[in-house]
Amino acid sequence: MKGQVFAITLVVMSGMATFIMFISTMNSLNFTRSKFYRDYNFADVFVTLKRAPESLKDKIKNIDGVDQLETRVAAYAKLDIKGFSESVTGKIISIPDDGKPLLNCLYIRKGRLADPARDDEVVINETFAQAHHFNIGDQFAAVINGKWKKLTITGIALSPEFVLLMKPWAMSPDFKRYGALWMSRKAISKAYDMEGAFNDVVLTLRPGAKLSDVLRDLDNVLGKYGGYGAYARKDQISHRLLSEEFKQLQTSSKIFPTIFICVAAFLLNVVMSRTINTQREQIATLKAFGYNNIDVGIHYAKLVILIISAGVLGGIAFGIWFGKMLGGIYMEVYRFPFFIYKLYPEVIITAIFISIASALTGTMHSLWMAAKQTPAEAMRPEAPVKYRVSLIEKTGIGRRLTQPSRIIVRNIERKPIRTFLSIIGISVACATMISSGFFKDSIAFMVHVQFILSQKEDMTITFTDPTSYKAIYELKETQGINNSEGFRTVPVKLKFGHHSYRTVINGIEPDSSLHLLLDTNLKNISLPPSGILLTDHLGKILGVRAGDMLTVEILEESKAVRQVPVVALVKQYLGVMGYMDLNALNRLMNEGDAISGAYLVTDSNYRSKLFQTFVKMTRVSGTIVRNDEVRNFYDVQAKGMLFFTFIATLMACSIAFGVVYNSARISLSERSRELSSLRVLGYTRGEIAYILLGELGLIILVATPLGFIIGYWLCAYIAQALGNDLFRVPMVIELNTYAQAAVVVLVSALISGLIVRYKLDHLDLVGVLKTRE
Amino acid sequence: MDQLKENFFHVRDLTKIYKMGEVEVQALRGINMELYAGELVVLLGPSGSGKSTLLNIMGGLDTATHGFVSYRGQDLTKANEKELTEYRRSHVGFVFQFYNLISSLTARENVSVVTEIANKPMVPEDALALVGLTDRLDHFPAQLSGGEQQRVAIARAISKNPSVLLCDEPTGALDSKTGILVLEALERINRELGTATAIITHNVDIAGMADRVIHLSNGRIAEVTANKVKKSASELQW
Repeated sequence: MKGQVFAITLVVMSGMATFIMFISTMNSLNFTRSKFYRDYNFADVFVTLKRAPESLKDKIKNIDGVDQLETRVAAYAKLDIKGFSESVTGKIISIPDDGKPLLNCLYIRKGRLADPARDDEVVINETFAQAHHFNIGDQFAAVINGKWKKLTITGIALSPEFVLLMKPWAMSPDFKRYGALWMSRKAISKAYDMEGAFNDVVLTLRPGAKLSDVLRDLDNVLGKYGGYGAYARKDQISHRLLSEEFKQLQTSSKIFPTIFICVAAFLLNVVMSRTINTQREQIATLKAFGYNNIDVGIHYAKLVILIISAGVLGGIAFGIWFGKMLGGIYMEVYRFPFFIYKLYPEVIITAIFISIASALTGTMHSLWMAAKQTPAEAMRPEAPVKYRVSLIEKTGIGRRLTQPSRIIVRNIERKPIRTFLSIIGISVACATMISSGFFKDSIAFMVHVQFILSQKEDMTITFTDPTSYKAIYELKETQGINNSEGFRTVPVKLKFGHHSYRTVINGIEPDSSLHLLLDTNLKNISLPPSGILLTDHLGKILGVRAGDMLTVEILEESKAVRQVPVVALVKQYLGVMGYMDLNALNRLMNEGDAISGAYLVTDSNYRSKLFQTFVKMTRVSGTIVRNDEVRNFYDVQAKGMLFFTFIATLMACSIAFGVVYNSARISLSERSRELSSLRVLGYTRGEIAYILLGELGLIILVATPLGFIIGYWLCAYIAQALGNDLFRVPMVIELNTYAQAAVVVLVSALISGLIVRYKLDHLDLVGVLKTRE
Repeated sequence: MDQLKENFFHVRDLTKIYKMGEVEVQALRGINMELYAGELVVLLGPSGSGKSTLLNIMGGLDTATHGFVSYRGQDLTKANEKELTEYRRSHVGFVFQFYNLISSLTARENVSVVTEIANKPMVPEDALALVGLTDRLDHFPAQLSGGEQQRVAIARAISKNPSVLLCDEPTGALDSKTGILVLEALERINRELGTATAIITHNVDIAGMADRVIHLSNGRIAEVTANKVKKSASELQW
């Protein structure tokens, strides 16, 4: 039973390890986040505006429900970093002159805060510092309000506001090209002509305050000061991304351990029923001596617990190790000042309880069978096994089967439930493997659709303020730019019925060749001269269909509210937004031919020269290079994906090995007499191996395609469970992924087959002839 | 015995020592014997006398510790695993105490298991007819009585047309009436097909149907007797 116990231990261990890993990582991140938020006073409500006098602060403070409040000055600046020619954007946020922010306080990892008396000192966030290998005292330049200024780093910090730092509307974080900077309020106010004024507010709520009321009141107060609309913490980008990640962890912590627990229960069932069968006589003897059913039941229950206990203990140890490892991977992207690993005792208790309960459930039937036999009945040898001609043979294939093949078919048919469960077990292993490959395929497809089919530009520039379309003509004249198209981005709140959603409308040129919209079949859609197109997920959120009338509340100065017909839904896996004809959007805004930025096709030979040009152009606030965006997207995903693939492969192998090995081992112990008899009759080792392993081969042959189907379902479930408004997971599984899954299952099966073959080659031919069946 | 008959088995100084844990058990202590074509030999002895061990070595199921066994000039003591398998496959038919049928196959199919891999096999139905089971062809072992199962095992053993039939306590698990039916089948095969047959038993009464009786005791041959008058199986009683 050694090998079988090992196989079960492996499966139980994998189940426990994944359970503990996912739950503990989620709990740890949750705990760490809560502690960071609490200790560093993370705000509840955020709002950005054009400009308001500091005197307005009291009025905001008087809004019912507002507790602590801080006004700030925040601005985007282009950064000029020596040795890095590409465009870098910094978000500069003010620190009160007394040096202590009330809300969103900074954790200083190194150095100190900027001196309020100096206008050239800056604190930068950790990921940005690491990406550029910056240290205290290093310098870089920023184009602040059009003026080139050299800044000295005095500190490296982390903020609850930027646990994940991401450029607004970017597809993925880019630590090299986007940083958070903190400067003294005095210095930044002076640079941006904001003395005695503010353009950013963060606040916390009093206990019991009604969030929607506060947001409404805040918008009322700040509306005429160019407020872009207040939003709650749940919509704050860093917080939201983190919450989405937690949701994913939670989904994973449900799916994968469940698979394992079921497989372990099944394996235990098979092994225990065989063990109990071979120990009928001992059970009878014990009962004859006066042991009752409960005693016998408890004896086997103890055995079950003993068998799984190694798996449970090992699983807990590996779970902690993997959990810390996964936590470490998260910490590279999500920046907390500390990572507090939390494994709550109740998680361990739950894990132990689940595994013992499922193991006992799995063996309940065998235990019951053992207990209910009378001693006399149990002492008699088991009645000869009844067989019949199998259904497959009745189809007419029967005549063509050799006797060994007939044995295979009849054995499979005689134990339909066990065969079925073995098939399911192996299919699940195959499915788990597919799910790991699926992430890779899905992300590759997402990138293909977004960056190859839809976005044809290789660079995007954004302007500090809406600019005249004439800028496009100027860009087209610029050396190194082959093509250019303008776009206008307007922050809006879209409403339909009782649903509403804050996002942007992107106005693009009517016959754009650089930014294509795709329908749900990924075919190009031409942009209609009026009306709005929504990404399909946004359509779902708002519950709108083509033809519905949508309320568009513009969050820029005009604050206009318009009714716009929805023309169609477009397919987009990343982000959630609306699209309109540039001219139609400008008409809606009552603006002339304004644009917020331009899509460019550039000559790669002129790339660095163009970067320099854009750094100098004061109205250009930032540039995005498509290839960087794709690379970043992969970089952020890569480590997590690699880890997940590793875990999934480990899991798939242990399930496949566990199930195949156990099936083979049980078959061997049940049939060793028959197989030995055949050896005595002159069958070669290979010929009897065919009977035993042929049965397994047949099971695998059926299980693998079934695994493909289950894998597809599993992926569809994962895709649906993980999709959110930041990204949707496309349901794409490449052939390669199916092939890899099949290979992993086959190799695991082959290894267990070889082990069993070894045992088969060493059958005791003589011993078996002397024993009664 | 008729010295003109071909000597199938030639056994010289055969010794077998088993290691059971730390204890050495000497099962055979220098056996010398012959088995001739067409004869029916009964190996008689109490349990532990070494008769099964001798049969297993002659059947290519076990190896000797010392000594020499040849089958028609082929040295079995030097044969490797592959050669022994081939030897069993082509020349020897086995009948066991507990029948060792494949429970998932019918009587006919149990015989076919052997005919499929044999060089010059009988038709399975003919083999079953020889043991009187023409009407039980499509029955599974679970549907047959012990005697019927043993007769299927005999049909299976002879269906490859073996030169020698080795039977280890073929009636050991049967009542006397059924046992005699089985022995009748063995007798008929020996008579009609001329298959050399060695029957192991501890039942003295069975010795009456043999050409020769080899008495084993404590790993040695105690005595070899030849029956001047062979009893037919139907005359036996126990």
